Amino acid sequence: MPQPHLMIHITPGKCDYCGCCVGVCPEDAIELMESKIAIIEERCTNCRKCVWACPWEVIEFHRDGVDQLPKETPLMLNQAVTY
Amino acid sequence: MNQFDYDIIVVGAGPAGSTAARYAAAGGAKVLMLEKDRDVGYPVRCGEAVSHEGVSQFIQPDPKWIAATVTKFRLNAPNGKSVMPKLDGGGYVLERRIFDYELAKIAANEGAEVITKAYVYDLLRENGAVVGVRSLIKDKKVDIRAKVVIGADGVESRIGKMAGINTTCHIRDMESCAQMTLSGVEVDQDVLEFYFGDSVSPGGYLWVFPKGNNSANVGLGLSVELAKKKSAIQYLHEFVDKRFPHAAMLTHIAGGVPCAKTCDEIVKGNVLLVGDAAHQVNPVSGGGIISGMIGGMIGGQVAAEAAANNNIPFLREYQHRWQKRLGWRHEVFYNIKEAISTFHDDTLNDICDSALKLPEEKRTLGGIFRSALWNKPSMIIEVAKVFVS
Repeated sequence: MPQPHLMIHITPGKCDYCGCCVGVCPEDAIELMESKIAIIEERCTNCRKCVWACPWEVIEFHRDGVDQLPKETPLMLNQAVTY
Repeated sequence: MNQFDYDIIVVGAGPAGSTAARYAAAGGAKVLMLEKDRDVGYPVRCGEAVSHEGVSQFIQPDPKWIAATVTKFRLNAPNGKSVMPKLDGGGYVLERRIFDYELAKIAANEGAEVITKAYVYDLLRENGAVVGVRSLIKDKKVDIRAKVVIGADGVESRIGKMAGINTTCHIRDMESCAQMTLSGVEVDQDVLEFYFGDSVSPGGYLWVFPKGNNSANVGLGLSVELAKKKSAIQYLHEFVDKRFPHAAMLTHIAGGVPCAKTCDEIVKGNVLLVGDAAHQVNPVSGGGIISGMIGGMIGGQVAAEAAANNNIPFLREYQHRWQKRLGWRHEVFYNIKEAISTFHDDTLNDICDSALKLPEEKRTLGGIFRSALWNKPSMIIEVAKVFVS
């Protein structure tokens, strides 16, 4: 199955929300709030710049995908907006 | 007929955002400033040093946000020798959480409205044009309409990207920084100390900035490219364990500084970027407080005028004025940074030695740079290579 899948993982609860990863992300694929962070899966190309940039070393690259790993709650603010 | 809630929305209430809001409001605009965190000024992610000359353009120095007043630099070469140039006009190590708060207060006194815990998750569009922001304010979704949006949302800026401006910082130019505020350390309270060298902070520098009462900000930055091999935090721990083994750690922070040239575009349609979001940072020092405030001031002034006259194309004036004021200088500094970042310990030791031969009154930063060039001709070639290329 050649489907690209997410290989970037942010260790839950370890992020300090400094934004360094967002600054280097070429795809605008990281959503960051006061104390929430999430990777926008559809945009991420697994380029690993955020992994290198994270000063706290809490963003990891997993070649086999991150589906099995615990996740931070996704934000998904741009989707499914109902009023 | 378009109905707008505000003339200008400023996203982010750091020094650049507050200064933009202040000058926009002073220019007669109806301004709203949104801050994603619940407090203005917190958390602090900054070394906190500014020059007197820089800061006093905007605000009268006040003891309540000054942690230490400094008069000298000490530049420490890898071989342990050091040179102490004067800091012309003096400077301060700030208490950023109070400083930022004061700047927001000044903006509010000019008439700007401020809302905290207000996160902008998208730009509001109508027929393809930006007509405001979509925000989450205290967990409620609110669309707010405005003629102009100013993105002052820092290194993690997404406003520019949402508007189609490329604000991605190359990993070579993004400085990965780590800092601790240490208490119980013996440091000269009127000296900004810098350490250079491959073992301390390759291609960057380590700083020790006094914060009053035997405390200091100790931090360092290095290019993400190099941080791949060993992180800023590891370098910092090694230095602190050796130099300040008994200190108490009051804060431990990390973050990124975009030490690049200003973004090619800082205006697009009715969206402006100011401060770190626009990469308005001195690429050599990594200092961005004053240059961000200058960007904010120019952006705020131009935006107010554009909004008042319903003349959106006038916003382009912001890019021109910034380029004329500081943008061109940051381009020169960027080239110097490229040269300096290639220096290894021998070159740095040589520069220190040649500076020590200078009479004391000539030991200014500029004087040291000139004498380094004079005494080490190969450096001229190294620097020239960068300027010529």
